[in-house]
Amino acid sequence: MIYVIDGSLESLLCAVFEWFERKPGKIMLQLEKYYQPDAFTTEFHVYKDRKKADRVWTGLKKKLDRGWMRRFYCTFLSESAQAYSSLFEFTCYIFSNPAGSEGNYGNAHVLAVAQTARKVEREKHRMEAFIRFQHSADGIFYCVIDPDFNVLPLIMNHFKNRYADQQWIIYDLKRHYGLYYNLEKAEEVNLTPEEEKNLQKTTGELHAIKENLYATLWKDYFKSTNIAARKNTKLHVQHVPKRYWKYLTEKMDT
Amino acid sequence: MSERIREKLNILADAAKYDVSCSSSGGTRKNDNKGLGDSHASGICHTYTEDGRCVSLLKILLTNHCIYDCAFCVSRKSNDIERAAFTVEEVVSLTINFYRRNFIEGLFLSSGIFKNADFTMERLLKVVKKLRLEERFNGYIHLKTIPGASEELIREAGLYADRMSINLEMPTEKGLKLLAPEKSHEDVKRPLGFVQNQIVQFNDEKKLIKSTPKFVPAGQSTQMVIGATPETDKDIMHTADAFYKNFSLKRVYYSGYIPISHDNRLPLIGTQPPLIRENRLYQTDWLMRFYGFNVNELLNDANPHLDVDIDPKLSWALRNLQFFPIDINVAAYKMILRIPGIGVSSAKKIVQARKFGKLRIDQLKKIGVAYNRAKHFIKCADTPYQLKDYQGTQIKSFILAESQSKYLKNDVQQLILF
Ligand code: SF4
Repeated sequence: MIYVIDGSLESLLCAVFEWFERKPGKIMLQLEKYYQPDAFTTEFHVYKDRKKADRVWTGLKKKLDRGWMRRFYCTFLSESAQAYSSLFEFTCYIFSNPAGSEGNYGNAHVLAVAQTARKVEREKHRMEAFIRFQHSADGIFYCVIDPDFNVLPLIMNHFKNRYADQQWIIYDLKRHYGLYYNLEKAEEVNLTPEEEKNLQKTTGELHAIKENLYATLWKDYFKSTNIAARKNTKLHVQHVPKRYWKYLTEKMDT
Repeated sequence: MSERIREKLNILADAAKYDVSCSSSGGTRKNDNKGLGDSHASGICHTYTEDGRCVSLLKILLTNHCIYDCAFCVSRKSNDIERAAFTVEEVVSLTINFYRRNFIEGLFLSSGIFKNADFTMERLLKVVKKLRLEERFNGYIHLKTIPGASEELIREAGLYADRMSINLEMPTEKGLKLLAPEKSHEDVKRPLGFVQNQIVQFNDEKKLIKSTPKFVPAGQSTQMVIGATPETDKDIMHTADAFYKNFSLKRVYYSGYIPISHDNRLPLIGTQPPLIRENRLYQTDWLMRFYGFNVNELLNDANPHLDVDIDPKLSWALRNLQFFPIDINVAAYKMILRIPGIGVSSAKKIVQARKFGKLRIDQLKKIGVAYNRAKHFIKCADTPYQLKDYQGTQIKSFILAESQSKYLKNDVQQLILF
């Protein structure tokens, strides 16, 4: 039996709901966009129903503490098909077992959710560390990213609290949406492909000069604070994997 | 103008880099004045230097002019180097502009001593006051306490800084006297003690009056230079232990000496810094702070030096085989923490998971236990029956043979130096 979901949180939760209604035994979870029907397995399209999803979510909240609800959400944001399956199995396991069962790290699904959540949290933390804003002519600090996981929802509060007195945009090029903070609140923005391109250019002569000065100073600092006698490239790359270098002002050639 | 500021930054960042502390953790400042910045309790490393150290703060000296002549220090009076000094405005503007672009968590400001201690402390104070009061900056500030500065100045600085530190420099008084006759550990203890008392006092007051301001909320730290003077690892860690206890320090840093002088009291220029030793000291420090080890268990008269080829936890285990094997399905958490190959997070998972049934080898591996190392010290549900007891030296050779130890290759080079 295959359950086909569209990849939204709602559809995932509804899949759990349907499973408990029907108890079809072992099922496989598949994402609509990858799903290819075959003649041998029966399929079941999970229809989204806000009410059902809410019931599952509320039920989960009764059984799990905030830390585990966060892990659940983080694992969901990893966007991987494997993670959705783990979440499905995990949720069924939690509902079928006494309170406290999430502590059973000997269970493969519990462990999978904990470990995936950790990866997502690490990516979130990396974005908080590696994002570099540029100050543009219109007064907005902006940055484009393409994180491994969908971490914008997780980093919003951090940047909102930190940069409460400056306007900023963080735009996810991979997922084509961003966050814009207008000194009041942060909201989701979607840009046209044209606008996305513009976002990646520096604007305005005057600002370019000032931005270049700070970029140069930062690069200078990065060099000065290094101790050549301790050079350890392996450790360096372990902490700042190469795929993040494109974000980093200090790694850009002048 | 921009050329001059670049020059200053290069000189004053270069001179500050030997202070290895870069932590931005323990900050508690919230951005509730709609100003700039807040502190992230666990700190953030925004990048790493090419030597693999965290860069979290803009770490600079206000000036590298100094009236002292400490032999181990690049800024010493007799050293023929370029000197520079930032203005208060320059430091503030650099900090704010770096912070707004998400380059840093905040500022780590230190200074050579120009004129006298009070004069220097006063200038440092001006910078932090301007940041906090005029710029409404809530990011992290680590400020050096200048030994000998008046208590009023130190107290005022503590109202604006998140962390304060004074470096012991050499692990023992004797070592310090050898290289910096004008200095003493007493000069460090007095202000450390003063700040420590103030922290306690402010915290007591806070319990009664909620509006009591914060005072050095991220606590104090210190640094010792390793390998410049002939102290043993035991000397070093016993000093560290005493300072952790007596002054409630948040961190002690160990900084492998980088030769910067032809002074014949010091290792020659070009000598490799003792990086493995430094690493072992940090591991020992962790075992004391997070794994419940007493410093005497790790370093004592019979074992005054840490092993170079294996980590201190494994060394301890091999010296104390009478405690092993430990049955991970019944042993207390604090014993599980002592098993080589099991870290804090695996130990926590184990005590949770075993409530649901006896744990097996494959589960331990998945949980994150370094099983090849741990297997010599544990029993679990399906541990194979073992006929013979191995000696510590045998276990050590098994582990060394198995682990492609990242240190092992460097060790060859290191050992020649000792
Ligand atoms: S007082 Fe400080 S800056 Fe001056 S020489 Fe000694 S260690 Fe260096």
